[in-house]
Amino acid sequence: MSSKVNAIALKSILYKEINRFMRIWVQTLVPPAITISLYFVIFGSLIGSRIGEMGGFDYMSFIVPGLIMMSVITNSYSNVASSFFSAKWQRNVEEMLVAPVPNWVIVAGYVGGGMARGILVGTIVTLVSLLFVDIQIHNIWVIIATVSLTSATFALGGLINAVFAGSFDDISIIPTFILTPLTYLGGVFYSISLLPEFWQGVSQLNPIVYMVNAFRYGFLGISDVSLTLAFSVILTFIITLFIIAMTLISKGIGLRS
Amino acid sequence: MKKALEISNLEKIYKGGFKALKGIDLTVEQGDFFALLGPNGAGKSTTIGVITSLVNKTAGTVKVFGHDIDQELEQAKSYLGLVPQEFNFNQFEALLTILVNQAGYYGVERPLAFERAEKYLKQLDLWDKRNDAGRMLSGGMKRRLMIARALMHEPQVLILDEPTAGVDIELRRSMWEFLRELNQQGITIILTTHYLEEAEMLCRNIAIIDSGIIVKNTDMKSLLATLDQETIVLDIEKVDVSPQLEGFVTRLTDDHTLEVDIKKSELINDVFAQLSAQNINVHSMRNKSNRLEELFVSLVGSGLEVNQEMN
Repeated sequence: MSSKVNAIALKSILYKEINRFMRIWVQTLVPPAITISLYFVIFGSLIGSRIGEMGGFDYMSFIVPGLIMMSVITNSYSNVASSFFSAKWQRNVEEMLVAPVPNWVIVAGYVGGGMARGILVGTIVTLVSLLFVDIQIHNIWVIIATVSLTSATFALGGLINAVFAGSFDDISIIPTFILTPLTYLGGVFYSISLLPEFWQGVSQLNPIVYMVNAFRYGFLGISDVSLTLAFSVILTFIITLFIIAMTLISKGIGLRS
Repeated sequence: MKKALEISNLEKIYKGGFKALKGIDLTVEQGDFFALLGPNGAGKSTTIGVITSLVNKTAGTVKVFGHDIDQELEQAKSYLGLVPQEFNFNQFEALLTILVNQAGYYGVERPLAFERAEKYLKQLDLWDKRNDAGRMLSGGMKRRLMIARALMHEPQVLILDEPTAGVDIELRRSMWEFLRELNQQGITIILTTHYLEEAEMLCRNIAIIDSGIIVKNTDMKSLLATLDQETIVLDIEKVDVSPQLEGFVTRLTDDHTLEVDIKKSELINDVFAQLSAQNINVHSMRNKSNRLEELFVSLVGSGLEVNQEMN
């Protein structure tokens, strides 16, 4: 099919995906704003004021990038996981499968939808943060690159999860038992340099450490890991997950009998 | 005439070893109104699934307007519109959104998609519901929505898998009229149905599939011409004993209903003449079943299930 036809198909999937999470904005956009406010009140104002500085910044400023990134990761992942699984469940995924839509367009459309929600929620959370703390920007391009790539990574993860999922329980297992622990242990609330050497080494196996630190560098100019290493890790994950997602969709795993 | 669909030696073995299709050959000409009939589990939906790429085939070839689905899948898909048996649209989306997005998957720009959505929703009497979510529709409306959706990219071949299942008689007839008009406009229509009357009234050519094998593939007229015997049901005046009609097999099903088997070579006049001679008046007469059903039963040998679905 021509690139124009593919572009229209991609736009249609994106429109459908964005329309979906905007239609249920009370479930998709409001909770992250409330959650982040609670984090600021509890960890920032109440506990944070007793912690003092971290990495040369007051605790509230230190945790802001991690909290934004946490929202982006969670929402990018859950958007695609819920939407794609729901399309499988209601069988409306067949609307795309019977149409001349190349597999990469389906993957790009869903990932784009996940990124749109992740980045929109990230923006909302950032705006809420401004009520509690002054946000400084060290390098806007690092911020944009990190948030986009991280969002794409987890949107791909959500898609792969949805392909394998056989029930709604299956799309909550990974976020509950893998994503949330990795995020909390990914340096959102602390600098990994505070950890004993052994646990610092273990933390370096956690990909979210690289994402949170690259993002924090964009705001504060500080990071526990090198920026080059951080982007290399993120890109490696994106490429690997994209290949897996394409293979699954092409073979019709969980989609075609 | 171009071949809209060419299926050759198509086989499908599902995981677990169930052989749903055992080497099907089928050709549908452009502009045809084609019926694919068969009892439940015969392989109709699997065949449609393979054509529309929802089911991976095990062996064989499928070509749509000459485009092999193995080599030119996207081109082949662009000719096809599918109305599946099960409702498979997003129940939470508005009708307009469902239709416009579907058109987009085929590369139709949004302004044109909105025009077409209006056209088909009006034709199918759904325009008033355009902003309602799919789940708010009745069963008949959902079926019409799926027909509208399948037409959004103006396909050359429309495949309908049991499109009138569960639809009331009035609506079914209006859907038949709509499908006839589409066919007259040049759209090739392939239909699977349980309602044999539907196939007999609409379709020019027919294939009967049973246990994954095509047991008959011919034009409707020739098929019906092979029918040697029909059963007529006579509503007669109350009798105590079954009337004996010389040369005919009769059955008295209750005290005023008489079934008579009539061969092609025999005349119905003889039945009436003999009944008149016995002073038995006939109030009305009808066929016991439609002609296609009788053939179907004889071909697939599992008519009971089909009879129950008939009305």
